[in-house]
Amino acid sequence: MLAAYAMTVLGAGLVTLQLAAGALALAVLFGLAGALCKLSSSVVLRTLAGIYTSVVRGIPDLVLMLLVFYSLPTLVNEVLTAAGISYYFELDPFIAGTVTLALIFGAYMTETFRGALVAIPKGQVEAARAYGLGPMRTFTGILLPQMARLALPGFTNNWLVLLKATALASLIGLQDVMLTAKGAAEATGQPFTFYLLAGGFYLALTLSSVLFLAWLGRRLDLGTRELSR
Amino acid sequence: MMMKLAVTDIHKHYGPHEVLKGVSLSARAGDVVSILGSSGSGKSTFLRCINFLERPHRGTIEVGGETLVTVPDPRTGELRAKSPAQLQRIRTRLSMVFQNFCLWSHMTVLQNVIEAPIHALGIPRVEALERAYANLAKVGLGKDMHDRYPARLSGGQQQRVAIARALCMEPEVMLFDEPTSALDPELVGEVLKVMQALAEEGRTMVIVTHEMGFARHVSSEVLFLHQGLVEERGSPAEIFEHPQSVRLQQFLAGRLH
Repeated sequence: MLAAYAMTVLGAGLVTLQLAAGALALAVLFGLAGALCKLSSSVVLRTLAGIYTSVVRGIPDLVLMLLVFYSLPTLVNEVLTAAGISYYFELDPFIAGTVTLALIFGAYMTETFRGALVAIPKGQVEAARAYGLGPMRTFTGILLPQMARLALPGFTNNWLVLLKATALASLIGLQDVMLTAKGAAEATGQPFTFYLLAGGFYLALTLSSVLFLAWLGRRLDLGTRELSR
Repeated sequence: MMMKLAVTDIHKHYGPHEVLKGVSLSARAGDVVSILGSSGSGKSTFLRCINFLERPHRGTIEVGGETLVTVPDPRTGELRAKSPAQLQRIRTRLSMVFQNFCLWSHMTVLQNVIEAPIHALGIPRVEALERAYANLAKVGLGKDMHDRYPARLSGGQQQRVAIARALCMEPEVMLFDEPTSALDPELVGEVLKVMQALAEEGRTMVIVTHEMGFARHVSSEVLFLHQGLVEERGSPAEIFEHPQSVRLQQFLAGRLH
């Protein structure tokens, strides 16, 4: 019976993984957009990005998650009622969790990417301009690959924290590793076994992430390793 | 004979400080124009105005008969290209070699020299590779260098890759911004040798340099810039053997001894 519970917990790992991967993909997009806004010449964009990162990073993750899950549907429903539309809006915990984590980690990614973009030597972009490369190619061909290398340490950090933060979604009822472990612990009266199993699951993921990203880092570093000598 | 490059009356200031007070230059096919001047004379800024890496406040730029259409930026007063596409096109006809090489550090030697031909000129990869092989051989870099990253090359090798990158654009005019100033003394020769060969095969070049012997030897015209103005211009013989202005005489005396 313990084995069956254990399988359920590990099976929920797929939910945790999907949540983490979805939130990461969105967070990278938010982060890129945020970083470009922060470095833009437009005061409006810079201000908006500034508000985004300081508000999101200044509020506990849990508060944000509860806000999005409980308050957002209420707000939407009040608007719908006021507009005379008889539709009841409900937020799925998976969607709410993904969006919240993406918002939070998009703010951290913004700072990571901004720092990396600023650290690229000016001559790299200047050479691209001097050779007639367009803005799009300059970004995808010159800036992005160099940014990726410089941002990797910060990115790794953000990813590890994001992966662990997915456990918060259990508090809004998502059947992830955390919530199923809690269920199994209560049903069997063996909290130690199941929380240890959950902990091992997260640890296995973070450790393999670190190994993979370190390998990636060595590959991206190919061109510049000798510079640090 | 048509001008390959005609730059007229360039003005540029940073705040109240006037860096360029109306500098002009023209070059016919095969001309090698050297620009001399002490630091702060505005020579690098002038060169960077030619391809609009610096935006001048006034002046016109014409490359191979095509005039860059500019409008003043209402915010800064600097000129900007009316059409970004035209500026991009003109830049592909003006290859620049930078003081600090500015090779793209995440690309190999080969990737560096085919990047702009493929993505700015739009030529097929096969053709870009053909150009790359020919020009890398021309600057004396063997096949064993092709897959190296810039960080694994000496300064002289990096600058020769940068020259190959410029050649691969088959530009009308090559701009050199103090190409040997960042090099260790023993590496200067290999770069100057390549540049001399280019001058001899009739390339049109504009060179900002501190290498007096080189400027004297290869130039068709020499400009001496002082405080944002052309103080003196003439053939190498005129400039180096019969300098008229006191400034130039002092400059040469300081350089040659």
